[in-house]
Amino acid sequence: MKILVAAKRVIDYNVQIRVKDDGSGVHTDNVKMSTNPPDDNAIEESVKLKESGKVKEVVAITIGEDKAQETVRKALAIGADRGIHVKADSYIEPLGIAKILKKVVEKEKPDMVFLGKQAIDDDCNQTGQMLAAMLNWPQATFSSKLNLKDKSLEIVREIDEGLETLEVNLPAIVTCDLRLNEPRFASLPNIMKAKKKPMEQLIAKDMGIDLTNRIEQLKVEEPPKRKAGIKVANVAELVSKLKNEAKVI
Amino acid sequence: MSVLLIAEHDNAKLKPFTLNAITAASKMNTDVHVLIAGNNCANVAKEISSIPLVKKVLVCDSPNYQNYLPENLAPLVTKVSEKYDHIVVSANTFGKNFMPRVAAALDVSQVSDIIKVISSDTFMRPIYAGNAFATVKSNDKKKCITIRPTSFESAEKSGGSAEIEKVEAVNVPNTSRFIKREETKSERPELGTARIVVSGGRGLESGDNFKLINDIADKLNAAVGASRAAVDAGYISNDHQVGQTGKVVVPDLYIAVGISGAIQHLAGMKESKIIVAINKDSEAPIFSVADYGLEADLFTALPEFLAELNKLNTIQK
Repeated sequence: MKILVAAKRVIDYNVQIRVKDDGSGVHTDNVKMSTNPPDDNAIEESVKLKESGKVKEVVAITIGEDKAQETVRKALAIGADRGIHVKADSYIEPLGIAKILKKVVEKEKPDMVFLGKQAIDDDCNQTGQMLAAMLNWPQATFSSKLNLKDKSLEIVREIDEGLETLEVNLPAIVTCDLRLNEPRFASLPNIMKAKKKPMEQLIAKDMGIDLTNRIEQLKVEEPPKRKAGIKVANVAELVSKLKNEAKVI
Repeated sequence: MSVLLIAEHDNAKLKPFTLNAITAASKMNTDVHVLIAGNNCANVAKEISSIPLVKKVLVCDSPNYQNYLPENLAPLVTKVSEKYDHIVVSANTFGKNFMPRVAAALDVSQVSDIIKVISSDTFMRPIYAGNAFATVKSNDKKKCITIRPTSFESAEKSGGSAEIEKVEAVNVPNTSRFIKREETKSERPELGTARIVVSGGRGLESGDNFKLINDIADKLNAAVGASRAAVDAGYISNDHQVGQTGKVVVPDLYIAVGISGAIQHLAGMKESKIIVAINKDSEAPIFSVADYGLEADLFTALPEFLAELNKLNTIQK
């Protein structure tokens, strides 16, 4: 079997986001970037399935500017076999990303596509589901446990009420929850080896897909600041404030 | 044209977040129609028809929709949406699962998780886990929108009498099978929707010490949360994690104990109505977002807190 695993390069989750004064977006210059955290889980799971012998090949893909190749290199260092970088210099909405992935899927013919459940920058939570619809494949979103069978995949997924178990036919889309696994760190020898693994480059705008964004971002602003609170002297005062002033207990 | 809202229910009863989504939908267009896809869900249809903001109820009753598998549900919603300009659902695991499939089928760029309706095509939504708010305008003719339920009031439940109309089921692909659903069997409320959340951080020093947090949570009928640091240290399982990479919570009261307030934690809780911080480090960033800060050693403060709560005659549930 073959897995295509998609990862996005985003601002590192530990970075304090700064909104630009002109409201056009957030500062990204000289900001630490990393792989979107749930995409790390997707890469880890793909590699684990390969190590188990059930999967023969793992192909890692990212879409973005040249520097996004780092994301693919990292996946190769974790254990993916080869990489694809789709060069795109400006923001593409999930709908466009899904269309690009669909084209790649039609060529690569994987049995499964793994993605993170959501990107922590635009927080859209759409790409996996959209890709599934475009391919007319079943989907296993927010997956926290997988059991790969010959022609199907049994998954446990995180839902608001608890857990849900589903079985989906292959080929299928899997979006990964943080609970799926503990992503490993790449070892130095593997990072060196990854530099020799093949990486193909495609150009998004030459793929024959209409990538016009449909959503205009009019303004980005800071969320309302919280009013400075007070320090209480002791536990009794705290409880009294919560009971009589804030009236929340 | 009218708004189509997809109801979330368990075939017997309406799920409460649908009421918040109805309020949001009514701000896009007052002609709100609600689609219920389920199995033997006539009672849910009746319940919805009495909501005054709802003008029409569409029911599709078929075993195919028993467990709202997205592969089955999306083609139905796509077909019904032909007559509508806005297709709306709450942005919880129900709505997030199928709405992008509908959007893709309609070739529409979905607007996810909105917190404000500015006009029928312009919305506000949080990005970067709420560290920034984006105002966005959808230029698609049809709009697929998911709404953050906690940002909208819940709609009035009684007094209306909308007509109920049947909708034919559509073919399903039979590519996925529901096996089971295990609802979290906790005595405590669910973290994502609890009115009060008590969270512990690395300051707890061990998993056993989370008992101090649990005791307070039980007394307040609260959910138990944790910082990523506490989860990474193995004190508690990661389904309790509050933050950018965990759950985003908006309770009436959030009590952060032994949590310094890393950016990624703040992103998950700073929209809470009242925030309490208990920390022995006076410089901890958590104090900058706290309404009430108590600078104290948690190992003495928490037992005292419990004792004070026990003294109260009544505690809100």
